[in-house]
Amino acid sequence: MPAHLRTLASFHGEVQLEVQGAVTVRSVLDALEAQFPMLRGTIREHVTQERRPFLRFFACGEDLSHDSVDAPLPDAVVSGTEPLLIIGAIAGG
Amino acid sequence: MSGVRVLVGTRKGAFVLTSEGKREKWDISGPHFAGWEIYHMKGSPADPNRLYASQCSGWFGQMIQRSNDGGKTWEPVGNKFIYDGVPGTHQWYDGKPHPWEFKRVWHLEPSLTDPDTVHAGIEDAALFRSKDGGQNWEELSGLRKHGSGPRWQPGAGGMCLHSIIQDPKNPGRMFIAISAAGAFRTDDGGETWQPINKGLKSLYIPDPEAEVGHCVHHIAMHQARPGVLFMQKHWDVMRSDNGGDSWQEVSGNLPTDFGFVIDVHAHDPETIYVVPIKSDSEHYPPDGKLRVYRSKTGGNEWEALTRGLPQSDCYVNVLRDAMAVDAMDSCGVYFGTTGGQVYASADAGDNWKPIVRDLPAVLSVEVQTLA
Repeated sequence: MPAHLRTLASFHGEVQLEVQGAVTVRSVLDALEAQFPMLRGTIREHVTQERRPFLRFFACGEDLSHDSVDAPLPDAVVSGTEPLLIIGAIAGG
Repeated sequence: MSGVRVLVGTRKGAFVLTSEGKREKWDISGPHFAGWEIYHMKGSPADPNRLYASQCSGWFGQMIQRSNDGGKTWEPVGNKFIYDGVPGTHQWYDGKPHPWEFKRVWHLEPSLTDPDTVHAGIEDAALFRSKDGGQNWEELSGLRKHGSGPRWQPGAGGMCLHSIIQDPKNPGRMFIAISAAGAFRTDDGGETWQPINKGLKSLYIPDPEAEVGHCVHHIAMHQARPGVLFMQKHWDVMRSDNGGDSWQEVSGNLPTDFGFVIDVHAHDPETIYVVPIKSDSEHYPPDGKLRVYRSKTGGNEWEALTRGLPQSDCYVNVLRDAMAVDAMDSCGVYFGTTGGQVYASADAGDNWKPIVRDLPAVLSVEVQTLA
């Protein structure tokens, strides 16, 4: 998670989430926002629920940002051995 | 009165500056929300420890923060600003219709009487209100749905609702201003609105005296005289003596009548302040001299205030929400610059000193006078 969002939600390091049903980007973000309501609107837009342009989703060495948010995440993410990374774009230089 | 708290919003965080009544020594806390743009912070007149801050970022969007202890600690509250109904379109820079899209909160105006009620002026221009301390926001959509909405257009900084003024003698009356649509007034608590731009002349629009389309930069009012309004328009300093029904130009002998800020002395409703800026393409003071201009006659006759301000090689700007006054016996005046200085005068503008010199670019300055 980008440092600014960790500060906003007052946590350090990784977050471990229990996800009900299919484990997808959408269901992970739903679980994340349920645990940290202050993150609503910061990763995906309130109205469209689309990913903010300066954020990306990486997992297992792949960029999943342009995949369907309802696509199943890799087994390693589902089992908790690999993280789903929410990355802030390197911009501002 | 025992002290003053100055709330400074910058491009990279918020700062809270506090001082005792003499306003000589300052304690500086911050940056709060480091790295985020803080467009505006303001305290509740009904509870000075209740503060609201607009925090935003190109990465993560909009947050609203609330403090219950005068800015020592903060908590994020609601950030969902959803236009009422189908938003429709306004004009884009090229004159074509463009859909209304939420971008950020420019200004937060707490209620005069209820700490949990706060108004938000947003870009693209609309007025929102929360009655639960910022948790939930509802658009006062009568403004945006005024028939002129499709003709509003963005100024260079975006189509922002930046000024919100509540009438202390008439709870139903409120004034707002939008760049570049103009000023509007409600007399029924925000249900219905009328443009109040008669007398404004803007040579950069097809009809210089149009009902809407004027690039109003800021408006100000003295609490004791809510019928009198002062305006810094893109060009021209204006005055209304009838609650905005009509305006007269009071630029008088100003070296340039372009600028952003305007404010009124806390104890003298006829004493007003502006910071002239060279032009709309040269956003810095004329001749490299940072001068506040004061009129003690409600406009037209202006004097330059220079003591303690840089009088050579100064090329900063002072943005529209970056001036405020305190209500100490000797009125304090404050303004912040895009160069990161916050200047203060404890004697109504006669003498100035920087409280801080090297903050990020200052977007807004508000002052609380503490009992």
